[in-house]
Amino acid sequence: MLDSFLLRAALAGIGLALATGLLGSFVIWRRMAYFGDATSHAAILGVALALSLDLPTEIGTLIVALAMAATVSTLASKGWAMDTTLGVLAHSALAFGLVAISFVPGVRTDLSSYLFGDILAVTKVDLAFIWGGAAVVMALLIWRWQALLTTTLNEDLAHASGLNPDRERLVLTLSLALVVAVALKLVGALLIAAMLIIPAAAARGLARNPESMAALACGIGAISSLAGLQLSLWQDTPAGPSIVTAAAVIFALVAVFGRLRAR
Amino acid sequence: MMLLSARNLSVRLGGVDVLQDIDIAIQANEIVTILGPNGSGKSTLLRALLGIIPLSSGRVTRAPNVRIGYVPQRLAMDRSMPMTVRRFLSLPKRVSDADAAKALEKVGMSGSAQQQMTDLSGGQFQRVLLARALLCNPQILMLDEPTQGLDQPGEAAFYRLIDEVRLDSGAAVLMVSHDLHVVMAASDRVICLNRHICCEGTPRVVSNAPEYRALFGLGTQGALALYQHMHDHNHDHHHDHAHDHSDKHDHASKETHHAG
Ligand SMILES: Nc1ncnc2c1ncn2[C@@H]1O[C@H](COP(=O)(O)OP(=O)(O)O)[C@@H](O)[C@H]1O
Ligand SMILES: [Mg+2]
Repeated sequence: MLDSFLLRAALAGIGLALATGLLGSFVIWRRMAYFGDATSHAAILGVALALSLDLPTEIGTLIVALAMAATVSTLASKGWAMDTTLGVLAHSALAFGLVAISFVPGVRTDLSSYLFGDILAVTKVDLAFIWGGAAVVMALLIWRWQALLTTTLNEDLAHASGLNPDRERLVLTLSLALVVAVALKLVGALLIAAMLIIPAAAARGLARNPESMAALACGIGAISSLAGLQLSLWQDTPAGPSIVTAAAVIFALVAVFGRLRAR
Repeated sequence: MMLLSARNLSVRLGGVDVLQDIDIAIQANEIVTILGPNGSGKSTLLRALLGIIPLSSGRVTRAPNVRIGYVPQRLAMDRSMPMTVRRFLSLPKRVSDADAAKALEKVGMSGSAQQQMTDLSGGQFQRVLLARALLCNPQILMLDEPTQGLDQPGEAAFYRLIDEVRLDSGAAVLMVSHDLHVVMAASDRVICLNRHICCEGTPRVVSNAPEYRALFGLGTQGALALYQHMHDHNHDHHHDHAHDHSDKHDHASKETHHAG
């Protein structure tokens, strides 16, 4: 059944949407958009590392994304001026990654698949990795859900309730690194952050509770994946950007609908 | 029963000694109020006692598994997270609808369960924070300027509620306040703070202390006269009182303002 490349692509897109919907909601709530950028751009550096050491790219990506996410999260908790720091880190990670990859022989041609993803080329093994990663992320976030929400709302309240904000931050850092490793093959380093932010931002306009926002973000992400795939088949557009385009269109529709309803 | 205590507690923030050598102990069933001008370290003391900020020296001892209900001075809630009042009350521990409704009723916010937190006024927000703090069935309530944003009847009702909670549950209350006159009537013990403890004791003792009058820029009369005046009345009814003597109230709040 999984022999159809289209079915594999659709399943991969849905798996990704579930993980990015949940995590993306936290990215929005905690204003971590640039954080997602820095971590996903660092994935390119991870690819370079993996290729030069002859490791699977998933491993290289995971390690470098984890290192970047941990660095950024530590700097943030020490009170650095994050806007500038993250901007510098995000773009330098990408530039360093691209330069490093150019030293690896025979990869230049492949570069665009790391930048924009290639969801239509997903194998059964990839699919297992994607769903495994998504399952871990979802399990982590759902397990820590109440504590994560409280910490996100206010760290002092969390402390007073006996929670440890540092531990909850670690949960998000781990999840982000995992999502980046999972999403790289599908939408590429440049658009991972878009998958985190756009569906959740669209969901915000429709939700009254954190849970409904997260669930809607998952749903909007899944619909975007399927619609983007459709567009890609139909007009032969690149799949990753098509998925993000679909999400952006949904965001715009929700925004306009919300404006009209508010009148 | 001793619920919480600190010995030689000192806190440094940004290279400045914000608190020095604080000794404090909170017993069950007592209402302790911290008074002090702005920047004197009141909020910092609560946060240090809660373990939110590290101590530079000294130690805090809590009774094992003590439940603390905390109402912070400021809570900036971001519009990016949708959150109804009902949902907020279930963080981090889920509570039943019945308990949530009861808590909202106690603080005078029945019927607000489905409102968004970001749509509440300052005073309403403060009441919901208190409802949430009450829901953990606290042994200690720590309230940082809890009546800011409340109107006068709201403020009076607030102190009645605190008293009620104390009577019902035996909880201790540690609060920061600026309302000198109400504090004097509502507290068992007052602590005057200005980076260190200037003076402490029963309201009557403190209001006679020269350190206290110096701290608040009061003359030899000021709050003392006001306190004794109020004390001669039946002080179980602060609410009525505040109305009967609204001129006094204005007078007191001006002085507070001046001190801060
Ligand atoms: N995070 C911080 N870093 C540096 N200084 C701080 C910090 N928080 C508070 N302070 C300083 O500590 C002092 C006491 O603050 P605070 O406890 O908020 O006073 P209060 O609640 O009595 O008005 C103030 O001078 C304030 O500037
Ligand atoms: Mg304060």
